[in-house]
Amino acid sequence: MYYVKRVIALVPLLLVISLIAFVLVRVAPGGPFDRERAPASPEVERALKARYHLDQPIWKQYLIYLGNLARADLGPSMKYRHHSVNDIVKQALPATLMLGALSFGFALGFGIPLGFITAARKGHWEDYGGSLVALLGICIPAFVIGPVLVMIFAIKLKWFPVGLWGSPMHAVLPTLALGLFYGGRVARLMREGMLGVLSEPYITTARAKGLAERTVLFKHAFRPAILPVVSYAGPMLADLLTGSFVIENLFQIPGIGVFMVNSSLNKDYTMIVGLVILYAVLLLVLNLVVDFLYSRLDPQVKYE
Amino acid sequence: MNSAPAIDDDSSSLSPGRLACFRFCKNRLALVSGLVLLALVLLVLIGPALTKYDPNILSDQQFAAPSSAHLLGTDDHGRDLFARVLHGARISLLVGIVGAGVSLLIGVLWGAIAGYVGGRLDNAMMRFVDVLYSLPSIVFVIVLITSLESIFKNWLAAIGSPSLASASRLLLLFVGLGAVSWLTMARIVRGQVLSLRKKAFVEAERALGISNTRILFRHILPNVTGVVIVYLALTIPSIILYESFLSYLGLGIQPPQASLGSLIAAGAAQINPIRIYWWMIVFPAGFLGLTLLALNFFGDGLRDALDPKSE
Repeated sequence: MYYVKRVIALVPLLLVISLIAFVLVRVAPGGPFDRERAPASPEVERALKARYHLDQPIWKQYLIYLGNLARADLGPSMKYRHHSVNDIVKQALPATLMLGALSFGFALGFGIPLGFITAARKGHWEDYGGSLVALLGICIPAFVIGPVLVMIFAIKLKWFPVGLWGSPMHAVLPTLALGLFYGGRVARLMREGMLGVLSEPYITTARAKGLAERTVLFKHAFRPAILPVVSYAGPMLADLLTGSFVIENLFQIPGIGVFMVNSSLNKDYTMIVGLVILYAVLLLVLNLVVDFLYSRLDPQVKYE
Repeated sequence: MNSAPAIDDDSSSLSPGRLACFRFCKNRLALVSGLVLLALVLLVLIGPALTKYDPNILSDQQFAAPSSAHLLGTDDHGRDLFARVLHGARISLLVGIVGAGVSLLIGVLWGAIAGYVGGRLDNAMMRFVDVLYSLPSIVFVIVLITSLESIFKNWLAAIGSPSLASASRLLLLFVGLGAVSWLTMARIVRGQVLSLRKKAFVEAERALGISNTRILFRHILPNVTGVVIVYLALTIPSIILYESFLSYLGLGIQPPQASLGSLIAAGAAQINPIRIYWWMIVFPAGFLGLTLLALNFFGDGLRDALDPKSE
C-alpha cells in the first residue's frame, strides 16, 4: 500500500519537473530553427513554427505536450525531422542502459568483495593494498581514466578496440572506465559497513561461541554490512546512466549522451524535455526500488 | 603524535576551536592533503610567472615531448603544456571556489529562511528542494547552462562589450554550477536552524525585542558555521568535477581558454594508433586527480575535526 502511494506521488513530481524543463528551455532566447543551414523565408519559418505549435502561447504548448505525454508520446524532434523523440530514445537507450548495467555490475562485483576483504583483513597487507586501489578509483573521474585505458589497452597492447559499440570486446574498456570510480566508492562503503558491524557486541558473542570466522563474516556480518551499499546503489545507477555521457563521447558509443548534449546546444525543445523526463523517471523509480530492497534487507526499517 | 594523550587529558580546558584544530592535525591524511592543496594553490598562483611561455601563443613545435625546454611538452598547436595546465588549473579552481560560494549563498539563505520562518513557507521551500533533487543533476546542469548561455549572450549584446565575452563564460559557469549545488547545503542549514530556533537563547532574544533578521543573521547563523564550512569544502571538488565534465563535452570553458577538463578532452582527441602523445592526457589528468583527491581528504578531515558526532 505504501508503495502504491509512492508511485502515485511520482505523477505530480514529474509534472513539476516537466514544467521546469519546459519553461527553462523556452524562456532562453533563440529557437530550434535558428541554426538552419539556409535562413528560412518567413513563410517557411511560420509554417515550421505552426507545425510544432511554437506559435501558440507557452501554457497552451505545455498543455498540448502534456496531452501527448499522457499517451507516452514525447513528441516529434525539432532537429531530427521525421523522427520522434520516442524513436530516438528507442534507438539510443539500449546502449546507454547496457553500459550503465554493465558498469553497475562491475562496480558491485568489484567493490563489494574488495570492501569485504579489506575489512576482514584489517591492518594486513590485503587491507592496505585493497584500500589503495579503492582510493585511486575514487579520485580519478571516468573521463580521466578512460583515455588512459584507451592508450594502454587499445593502442599500446591492442587487446581491445579503441571505440564503437557492438561486440562484448567493445564493452570492456568503457565499462572499466565508468565502473572503477563507483567500484571504489562501493568498496569504501562496504569496508566501513563491515568494520561497523564487526565491532558490534553480537559479533563478539558469535566469536565467543566458537563459530568459525568464515561463518561469522558471511552469515552474521555480511547482511547488515551491505546496507549502506544498497542505499547507495540507486543514486549510483542514476549517476552511471548520466555519467556515461563522457564515456559515450570518448568511445563513440551511440547512446543517449550525444543526443542530450546536441539537443541542448541546438535547442531541440521536445528532445531536451523528453530526455529530462526520461532521466527523472529512471532516477525516481530507482530510488523507489532501493527503498523497497532496503526494507526487505533491514527488518528494523518500516515505511508507513 | 606524542602529544596526543596530553591533549586528551586536559581537553576540558581547551576551546572547541582549539580542539578541532588538534583533531585535524592528528589526522595525518587530512594534514598532508592540506599541505598538498596549499602547494597546488601556490603553484597555480605563482607558477605562470615561473615559465616564459604564454599559454595561448602558438608555435611551430607541435607535439614536443617533455624536455627541459618544455617541461610538460607541447600540444597540437605547439603551445607549452606546463603553462596551459597551470592556467587551466587556475580556471578550474576559480570555478570551483566561486561556484561553491554561489551555492553557499543560495543554500544558506534558503535553508535559514525556511528553517527560521517554518510553517507553510518552510514546507513550500523544502518541497521545491525535493523536486530539484529528483532532477538528474548532470542533465539539469546541461539544460541550465545552455539556456543561461543564450540569456547571457543577449544581455552582453545589450551592454555592447565584446571584451566581456570570455568572462561571460566564467560567469555562466559560476552561476550555473552554483545553482545546482546548493540543495544539500540548504537542507543541512535548515535542519540546524530548526533546532537552534527553539533554544533558550533565541527565546531570550525575542523577549528582549530583537528583530527577527538580527536574531537569524547575528545569533543563529554563526552557530551553523562549522557544518557549513565542512560542506563547503566538500562542494568545491564536486563543482570542479562538474566543470571539467562540462568542459570535456565542450559545454564549459571555450577555446582558446582552457580548464583541466578541456585540456584532457584535447588530449583525448589526439589519441591515435600511430603515435601516443601521452603527456597531453597524463599531466592535466594527474593534476585534476591530485586536486580532487586532496580536496576530498581535506574535506573529510575537516568534517571529522569540526563535527565529532558524525563518526
